[in-house]
Amino acid sequence: MNAIYILWLRQLKRYFRAKSRIVGSIGQPLLFLVALGFGLGPVYAAAGGGNYIEFLAPGIIAMGILFTAIFSGIQIIWDRQFGFLKETLVAPVSRLQIMLGQTVGGATVALLQGIIVFGLTLIVGFRPENWAMVPVAFFFATFVALLFTALGVAIASMLDDMQGFQLIMNFIVMPLFFLSGALFPIKNLPEALLIIVRFNPLSYGVDGLRDALTGVTQFGMGIDILILGAITAVLLFVGSWLFSKVQV
Amino acid sequence: MDGQAIIRVQNLTKKFESVTAVNDISFTVDRGEIFAFLGPNGAGKSTTIKMLTTLLRPTGGTVSINGFDPARQQDEARRSFGIVFQDPSLDDELTAWENLEFHGVLYGVPKELRRKRIDELLGFVELTERKDHLIKTFSGGMKRRLEIARGLIHHPKILFLDEPTLGLDPQTRNHIWDYLKRLNKEENMTVFFTTHYMEEADRAAARIAVIDHGTIVASDTSANLKAQTHTTNLEDAFLALTGNVIRDEEASGTDRLRAHAAIWRGGRR
Repeated sequence: MNAIYILWLRQLKRYFRAKSRIVGSIGQPLLFLVALGFGLGPVYAAAGGGNYIEFLAPGIIAMGILFTAIFSGIQIIWDRQFGFLKETLVAPVSRLQIMLGQTVGGATVALLQGIIVFGLTLIVGFRPENWAMVPVAFFFATFVALLFTALGVAIASMLDDMQGFQLIMNFIVMPLFFLSGALFPIKNLPEALLIIVRFNPLSYGVDGLRDALTGVTQFGMGIDILILGAITAVLLFVGSWLFSKVQV
Repeated sequence: MDGQAIIRVQNLTKKFESVTAVNDISFTVDRGEIFAFLGPNGAGKSTTIKMLTTLLRPTGGTVSINGFDPARQQDEARRSFGIVFQDPSLDDELTAWENLEFHGVLYGVPKELRRKRIDELLGFVELTERKDHLIKTFSGGMKRRLEIARGLIHHPKILFLDEPTLGLDPQTRNHIWDYLKRLNKEENMTVFFTTHYMEEADRAAARIAVIDHGTIVASDTSANLKAQTHTTNLEDAFLALTGNVIRDEEASGTDRLRAHAAIWRGGRR
């Protein structure tokens, strides 16, 4: 338990010390909110969709969590590069504990990021439909954070260096985000695209967040929780297994 | 078998896909001994250390570290040794104190004892005044000293040092060896180290093993190695044992990444 705690604490300390990273990580969601929210807003309204910012905000919160979570998980590659991973691996602590500490720490950082983005959405005019449902949104955010940090750890455990980083961005992170219903409603999508969206775990995170914050849902909250929970469990398991194979 | 061997290695072998990195080596290190493990690049030194310290599983043979098998009794073996790696292994974004605290918690050292030892060790390596500074502001020598302090927090029976003085000036080198010899004497701590500085091995080690192409080619006191090879200094003895051919080592992904990062950070280590 203490090992998990100290690994978690380390991630938080690193997060709060990297002030420039925090400021930098605000830029992207803000750009999406302003450029897409206000840029596409009139078209969306004209098509009968209603208020686009309201639709978009939960998606951008999910994006903030997704990006930070994957990066936090992938941080293991940097730990390996700077040699710090070896220090943890020779300690009398199981690989499972190290993996969990890394994942819980990364997920906490991703959640903080989600809260910051939530603040940004309030600034650009988004209002939750019912403030009493915000804790439910927090619950979904936690799942999304855990799920994708575990995915990051799993990916990092398979990579030897940062060469594959562009590959991960272009073929995993970006598709996860764009094909999740974060930016557009998924009803009436072409069948092929819909299938992809349904296989994307982030879709259920976005849907759950959107349901909690705006009362609009595609799959229903029960399905969202079930699928997110199951995939998180699987990824934690796979991530631990892959991490246990890491050699330095 | 002698009861006072703290490290016992028998017929240890490690095969990677096509190469045999360590080929059937056997040796023992006595409790309280300072033992040097020498060899050219790629001879199998680091692979052996990794197997002794639970980071790699042997393909064959047995290892006993303070009575524990590092492949099966990992946690017991891990509590028995401290290690200073060849490459820096501190967290740059944490302070000196935080790095030590992190280690103490991972090794389950109780809080009060941990805090006391951290204070002592910081004084010991003369870094007390810098304890709240981030590691990224430290010089190579300071990092080395801190890593040695860190390796000692859980009071290990054995200290492994993989090229501990690489890239350090003679002042810092001497400083570090003074600490290590003192610890060896006062705490009866066994020291197992690798180095490319022959005079360092000559001065510090009671016994020296030389490994080449994955096998141990000689293992004796420095005086006997010199006598055996009819040479007058250890460097010549080493060359007589291992030949003059320059070895190439393949760079791993991690090495490439490090080189890349070094460029980004202006070559500062």
